[in-house]
Amino acid sequence: MKRRRFLGRGLALGASLAAWSTAGRAQSPPDDPSKVLGHPKRPLGARAAFETASRKAFRGKTDEHGANMTPLGDLVGTITPSELHFTVFRGGVPEIDPGQHRLLIHGLVERPVILTMTEIKRLPSVSRIYFLECSGNGQSEWQGPRLPTVQGTHGLTSTSEWTGVSLALLLREAGVDPRASWIIAEGADATGNERSIPMAKAMDDVLVAYGQNGEALRPDNGYPLRLIVPGWEGNVSVKWLRRLTVVDRAYMTRMETVEHALLMPDGTARRFTVVMDAKSVITSPSGGQRLTGPGFYEITGLAWSGRGRIRRVEVSTDAGITWRRATLQEPVLPKAHVRFRLPWRWDGSQAILQSRCVDETGDVQPTLREIVKVRGVNSVHHNNAIQSWKVAADGAVSNVQV
Amino acid sequence: MVASRMSVCSRLALAAALVALVGAAWPVAAQLPTYGLGRAPTAEEIKAWDLTIPPDGQGLPPGRGTAVEGKPVFVQRCASCHGETGQDEKYFRLVGGRGTLATDKPVKTIGSYWPYATTLWSYIRRTQPFDEPGSLTTDEVYAATAYLLHLNGIIGESDVVDAASLPKIRMPNRDGFIPDARPDVGKTKR
Amino acid sequence: MNRRRFLKRGVMALGATAVGSAHAQAPAPDDPSKILGGPKRAYGERSRFERAVRGVPQPATKTDEWGPSVTPLGESMGIITPSALHFEVHRGGVADIDPKKHRLLIHGMVDRPVILTVDEIKRLPSVSRIYFLECAGNTASEWRAPTAPTLDWTHGLTSCSEWTGVSLSLLLREVGVRKGASWIIAEGADGTGNERSLPLAKAMTDILVAYGQNGEAIRPENGYPLRLIVPGWEGNVSVKWLRRLTVTDRPYMSRIESVDHTSLMPDGKARRFMFVMEAKSVITFPSGGQRVSGPGFYEITVLAWSGRGRIRRVEVSTDAGKTWRDATLQQPILPFAHSRFGLPWRWDGREAVLQSRCTDETGYVQPTLRELVKVRGVNSKFHLNAIQSWKVDADGSVKNVRV
Repeated sequence: MKRRRFLGRGLALGASLAAWSTAGRAQSPPDDPSKVLGHPKRPLGARAAFETASRKAFRGKTDEHGANMTPLGDLVGTITPSELHFTVFRGGVPEIDPGQHRLLIHGLVERPVILTMTEIKRLPSVSRIYFLECSGNGQSEWQGPRLPTVQGTHGLTSTSEWTGVSLALLLREAGVDPRASWIIAEGADATGNERSIPMAKAMDDVLVAYGQNGEALRPDNGYPLRLIVPGWEGNVSVKWLRRLTVVDRAYMTRMETVEHALLMPDGTARRFTVVMDAKSVITSPSGGQRLTGPGFYEITGLAWSGRGRIRRVEVSTDAGITWRRATLQEPVLPKAHVRFRLPWRWDGSQAILQSRCVDETGDVQPTLREIVKVRGVNSVHHNNAIQSWKVAADGAVSNVQV
Repeated sequence: MVASRMSVCSRLALAAALVALVGAAWPVAAQLPTYGLGRAPTAEEIKAWDLTIPPDGQGLPPGRGTAVEGKPVFVQRCASCHGETGQDEKYFRLVGGRGTLATDKPVKTIGSYWPYATTLWSYIRRTQPFDEPGSLTTDEVYAATAYLLHLNGIIGESDVVDAASLPKIRMPNRDGFIPDARPDVGKTKR
Repeated sequence: MNRRRFLKRGVMALGATAVGSAHAQAPAPDDPSKILGGPKRAYGERSRFERAVRGVPQPATKTDEWGPSVTPLGESMGIITPSALHFEVHRGGVADIDPKKHRLLIHGMVDRPVILTVDEIKRLPSVSRIYFLECAGNTASEWRAPTAPTLDWTHGLTSCSEWTGVSLSLLLREVGVRKGASWIIAEGADGTGNERSLPLAKAMTDILVAYGQNGEAIRPENGYPLRLIVPGWEGNVSVKWLRRLTVTDRPYMSRIESVDHTSLMPDGKARRFMFVMEAKSVITFPSGGQRVSGPGFYEITVLAWSGRGRIRRVEVSTDAGKTWRDATLQQPILPFAHSRFGLPWRWDGREAVLQSRCTDETGYVQPTLRELVKVRGVNSKFHLNAIQSWKVDADGSVKNVRV
């Protein structure tokens, strides 16, 4: 009687916890998988070995400082896989034991409080799909097309489903003094990343979040606790959150007065320009990709606005001369990425693709020229300009400015 | 309000563009007319994958087997999981259980429950043995099928099972199935 | 100059192991603000303090390549299921498929049979939708008596993801369905094939031929590189590792649909082709095996879903179904997707039996187990969508009970 080559009773859990055991199995996929017994169940899944999309750091002084970008050109839908959510930090990723972590709420409050993670998770919870975007997204592109791919030009934005407790609930529980007008939020990492937030926003839709796409936040994205300040500069969504101080003035931290200030042509700098403006970009076809020949393609990309819902996205294939309305993927959620799509027949000749969005307040995504006219080229942040991708006759797609 | 569809203008523009390109040269083998993608499958490709046999027996290949011929196949390739008489419960019990369906402890086997013999043949040919799916020859599949039908008292030991006779075999529980009747509880209240 | 304890530019590990994994047993620093943290990583990982995993039956019910592994719903939040924790069910192991070699064949009663590569499928107009999947056998352990101790094992065969793909209706229009056709047979590339017949009418509405799961490629155990997503229907119909679609005029009566996914009624007859997953809800916290730490405030959290569309309402009882209160919805309700509800609850420290009950947009109300069993008996195996009871004892422990 033949001995069966499969895993029977009593398989040790640990054996299947890691990558599938290759004992007795071919290293490369079988020619015909229907003739082969497949892999066993495993407690924690992983993506297929053929899938290699990864984050990329284009700037940064050290590996513990700076930005790491989402490969937008490789993704579909609107949810960003947590492993590929962009990161920005300036002192590395702290390692935090959630059992030890505390949130302190104090200052101009009746009842200062320290909370454990367990206590925070007991409070009424809220889940929302929101984008985050670093205000420095696109900063390489002010003076000409620099980075070759959409990951480089736009990769400092991602969308997740965040779960947490409403900051307004916490503040009401602490009892905010009527004199108070700002909150200072601070993280537990080496930089603190203190940011001042106006009380009106704090009492609106800010989350003290512990969940990302159905599980705990990722360490790179703030584990175990962070702020989510919907629609605002990513930096304000303080990661590794440990303290909220209720005060009567902005504290003018380095992050908000030096780093996130916009230098204007006349030498003055705009401050507290916190809302992320309406923005869109085509993710496919996009820089670095290649079309295989004339024929049908779906032009697709993402649009978002820190002021609410996207109302409309238009796409041009002739460098902005004519525009056609794209389809928006439902549901269109406020302050979240929305996927847009337009069918396109490429005839094999050079084409310049652009997308332009309008949000529910009527804000229209501007051209780079329009922004530079007002803000010059040294403001660094809030580059929400229309992006152009050139499709050459050989199908190669590149980053251009027209 | 956010629109979820292309505007009428966009639709017309797209339609016009499509019409204009009707004359464009798609790759010769492109099968999807609107998108110019895909190619026609060859007869061999279809044959290699067209393995599911419906109750009328369409697609059954030439071949044959009897229970007598099937016994050694079963003992050698199937019994280590299913037991020599097909009654081992460890994985799936294949034989017995007749008359138990309306009792508190129903036993569902080929003989007591399966409505079609073609399903059995199709399943064995495609998926068995478990760790070497699809490795039996056509005749072995016919023979093993015959053996299981015989063990369940449905055919005689020397009855030939082939493409013609298999679909005609009437399984004991052929009429034992009814359509979905839900919602059958949870009536609307509010 | 001090040798800097940090990594120079250009040294970034691709797929680096978890921060601190080299010191897996070492505690985290007391004050992380005094220490330079870990570097950027090309591919992120969860914290080593997060240990939720799918439940794999140990020892295996039949083999480790057959059957389910369950989503740890007790730890879940929101409506998106982390892809690494999406439940799996297969009957011949997880197929290992090279996406460049994989093909989709569409043939049968069509004008233009076609073979497509995965790249070609990805070029077609795409659609993204947040949908739940649920195995028809979810909760099957509970027909006769409260059996599984925890939520993961009573209800863990359901998950929810954002799926991206091409509409099956688009593909069918392109190949040209012939008059007289009324069914599609869908089949996978794994050792079992898992052939499922489904009515053409459903195929022309909202079925996806999907390649994306939560923004990236579908996971191998969930059907990489291609699968069907049939919204609201038995998970089994959403054929994984999809390789073939045959347009026909009759169901093919494969084993999985004519023998396996059938429900035995008390009179000995069995229902067949029970596609729809009916409205269902369950309290995820507090749930079996968990513990509430003492009297005080808790949020009772409920997960609800319906294969007939949107959830309209969720009610919660803390007295074994005598009285009910409406729970609050936590996010937009989407059709054929999980939805999350919450009810504030002050536990007074005494024994309490918690239940949730949902109503969907058709007016269908989630039934009690008693109501279900009265009609279906206890041997129908599939489609157990009854109200679930969790008893909170005075010591705070939570148990799976029947009332």
